[in-house]
Amino acid sequence: MKAAVITFPGSNCDRDLAVAFEHAGFDVARVWHKDTDLPAGVDVVGVPGGFSFGDYLRCGAIAAQSPIAAALRAHAAKGGYVLGICNGFQVITEMGLLPGALMRNAGLKFICKSVDLVVASANSPFTKSFAVGQTISLPIAHHDGNYTIDADCLARLQGEDRIALRYGNNPNGSMGDIAGVLSENRRVLGMMPHPERAVDARVGGTDGAGVFASLLGEMALV
Amino acid sequence: MKARVTVMLKAGVLDVQGEAVRHALGSLGFAGVSGVRQGKVIELELTETDAGNARASVTAMCDKLLANVVIESYQIEVG
Repeated sequence: MKAAVITFPGSNCDRDLAVAFEHAGFDVARVWHKDTDLPAGVDVVGVPGGFSFGDYLRCGAIAAQSPIAAALRAHAAKGGYVLGICNGFQVITEMGLLPGALMRNAGLKFICKSVDLVVASANSPFTKSFAVGQTISLPIAHHDGNYTIDADCLARLQGEDRIALRYGNNPNGSMGDIAGVLSENRRVLGMMPHPERAVDARVGGTDGAGVFASLLGEMALV
Repeated sequence: MKARVTVMLKAGVLDVQGEAVRHALGSLGFAGVSGVRQGKVIELELTETDAGNARASVTAMCDKLLANVVIESYQIEVG
């Protein structure tokens, strides 16, 4: 199974994400934002955390217009898997691959700590190794993680079981305590917490490994 | 030709920064501020000389990059 991780100027979780994919058993290719094509045969594209383009204008807005964005959009359109984490989540919402937007944290502070998350849907390629209602602990590190969406779209997300993860104790004001959402075809996940920072018991625990293991298990079936 | 784009959060979207500014004004003793909305102004220098073309072009820029129309609205002044 093949993963690609995109690096933008200002990405800082790209290497960790590549290592997490490798750790789970993926072959990983690294892709630069100016590339116009993804490597052939890529199953999943990881859009990493960081501060792409210095968060200028809006978090993720400039990265969403990168040369690689067209290839990423095409990958998602043909049913490819996409995992956007933290700034990557902001990038793929700015691209319109997921609904809603990530606004400034309600408390206005940058928050960097581990938080409890409740698995809200196990019906996804990213969360199938978890149980609904299971609590996992993952680090968050963001200033703009306040997930905002209009009431109709929120109801739709809930009705379609597209909320993958919720905060146990909402740290940033996100509507519906939403920490991670799925696309309509369930193959795109955006999440503010960092599973790639929790794949090794020596640093940060291993609760994040389930995301990558789920994905690998899903692909073994395809 | 110059264009000036004002980007604001849409009505109904909670502006947490505006709220913080409102609280700060209150604690400085400025009474009577019942609401603060914070946005941004983007000034563009355009080579275009036709106002209609400029407005159309800036509208496209707003929809594609300058504003996130999921949460923001924009106003364009050309001239």
